[in-house]
Amino acid sequence: MELFEILTSAAFWAAAIRIASPLIFATMGELICERAGVLNLGIEGIMVAGAFAGWIAVWAGLPLWGGVSVAFMVGVGLGGIHSILSVPFGLSQHVVGIGLTLLATSATFYTYRVMLPEVSTPPKIDAFQPLHIPVLSEIPFFGPALFQQTALTYLAFILVGVVSFTLYRTPLGLAVRAAGESPAAVAAQGLSVTAIRMGAVMVGSGCMAVGGAFLTMSAFDSFFFDMVNGRGWICIALVVFGAWRPGKALFGAILFAAFDALQIRLQQTGIGAVVPYQVFLMMPYILSIIALIVMSRRAAVPAALMVPFNKGER
Amino acid sequence: MRLEPIANPSLARRLTFPALAIVATIVIASLLAMIAGGNPMAVLGQILIGAFGSKFALLETLNRATPLIFTGLAIAVAFRAKLWNIGAEAQLYAGAVVVAVLGTGALQMPAPILLTVMALAAMMAGAFLLLVPALLKTRLGVDEVVTTLLFNFIFLLFVSYLLEGPLKDPMGMGWPKSARLIPEARLPRIVDGLRLHWGFALALIAAVIVWVIDAKTTLGFEMRAVGQNVEAARFAGIPVTKVILKTALLSGGLAALAGFSEVAGLKGSLTLDLSPGFGYTGIVVAMLALLHPLGVIVAALFVAAIFVGADSMSRAIGVPSYLADIMLATALLCMVLAILLTKFRVRRD
Repeated sequence: MELFEILTSAAFWAAAIRIASPLIFATMGELICERAGVLNLGIEGIMVAGAFAGWIAVWAGLPLWGGVSVAFMVGVGLGGIHSILSVPFGLSQHVVGIGLTLLATSATFYTYRVMLPEVSTPPKIDAFQPLHIPVLSEIPFFGPALFQQTALTYLAFILVGVVSFTLYRTPLGLAVRAAGESPAAVAAQGLSVTAIRMGAVMVGSGCMAVGGAFLTMSAFDSFFFDMVNGRGWICIALVVFGAWRPGKALFGAILFAAFDALQIRLQQTGIGAVVPYQVFLMMPYILSIIALIVMSRRAAVPAALMVPFNKGER
Repeated sequence: MRLEPIANPSLARRLTFPALAIVATIVIASLLAMIAGGNPMAVLGQILIGAFGSKFALLETLNRATPLIFTGLAIAVAFRAKLWNIGAEAQLYAGAVVVAVLGTGALQMPAPILLTVMALAAMMAGAFLLLVPALLKTRLGVDEVVTTLLFNFIFLLFVSYLLEGPLKDPMGMGWPKSARLIPEARLPRIVDGLRLHWGFALALIAAVIVWVIDAKTTLGFEMRAVGQNVEAARFAGIPVTKVILKTALLSGGLAALAGFSEVAGLKGSLTLDLSPGFGYTGIVVAMLALLHPLGVIVAALFVAAIFVGADSMSRAIGVPSYLADIMLATALLCMVLAILLTKFRVRRD
């Protein structure tokens, strides 16, 4: 019965939404890249860099939204490196992505050590505080669960709307989707596949970095080395689970976060006394693999994902 | 811009671009060292001295290269067949766990037999660990990049559980580490008094065997064919699925040998910090070696030298040793671009 009590508490769902927020940013970022035809395995490193950049910028004196912007720009820059190598040069997206994750992660740790040489515990910042939305936050259950979050969480949900609208309702979105499905058709329209894909990778990477920044600026108020801890890889699984659609990916992220919040609470119940805590910590990763297996038969993959486009080649 | 293949790239072209990649890496490392307040010449010099400057340093470099040769081979074999095994870290730990289970007294046999049994069992564990994602790929089309990556996290948690539970050393003063291996389960040193164990020799032998498989056997040919063009390989009658699964077994087994050699050779017990990312660094090693098995030896020595040298440099000059990781990631990205530019010409539209 403990399970029922957990699942019906507003605090549980508030935690689930909070846990989902960084995943939503990064999943949308990855989704943008993949819809344009580029698998971005730099996501893990970009999230680390974003988490650090936003936090250190605020620590250095910028306002919170300034920190978010810095994180976004760092993401765009790293996305730029990825896109130059993977789009016009058409290098293996696997190798470029893993290489970028290694580069971004080590560069972040290096910068941390250079900027804060002698600290044992990293400094704290004044992070985003919960923002109670007038009227809505008063609704029983839904108010505390949904409308007493931080501004960055609301931004995550707005981002899903913006990505969804842009992809399906604007010429730009059509061009991005076509670049991922049939780049030759895009080129035939006189549009540059290279420019579209590079732009998508840079903007998507910016979103991933903001997802990382959520961890240091909203979920916590400080930066730790193993903070991102595989969340980027989970987001890649979430894009597949969401069949490359923003709405479904949002649903997947919340479902996933709910399971994550659940395992944290179950650890404190009678089950947690019997089952080793490592089993609970494994759950997010196991769930991601199950999600991949469940969705494997759906043929929603962008047709030109991971296929470089070299104009003039047929 | 547009890429145009070059039919017969000249020797000058094939040397210039990789050389430029190395120069670019050194320039970027120098700039970063300057940002950290270090004199670039002193920093790079100290890295070289720290890696090769003394007998102790040189042996340390060879020791560090040993697991990297194994993981580098594991990645090279897999990537050649376009099997994206990013899970060498987990496979390494699988091998290490097997050694910690069998080598702490569970099996009592003469050293040569025990070591052989442990090595084979470790390889089987690592092979099995990669077989699962490989089967998910061939049967269900699940992308192995993500599954192997996620396996790393799952398996490390599993090791953490083992070290706090069944494998915990009762004499370990509460530290999460396994009991020490019995003497028969330890890889001996190659030369008495020198801190270099037989794992290094085993790594060299493994590289030669992989090279023979790759260059002289049907399986090697099939693996390369699958990697170059799956459709063409299938059309030519190559059993693609079987080849991918065999590749997975070989790759997982090689990565597990890294864990075997680290526990049985260097450390003597299993801890959670056995590998500082050897599985991931293996990717850099394999790419720098252009996926060539014998090249892996050279690349692993180079990578190990940078790591060992940077540790020493960090102690002497105070520039963070993460400089080594940045240099390797930069070298990786620059090198793949350089290799492309040896084969293609960039044309403006």
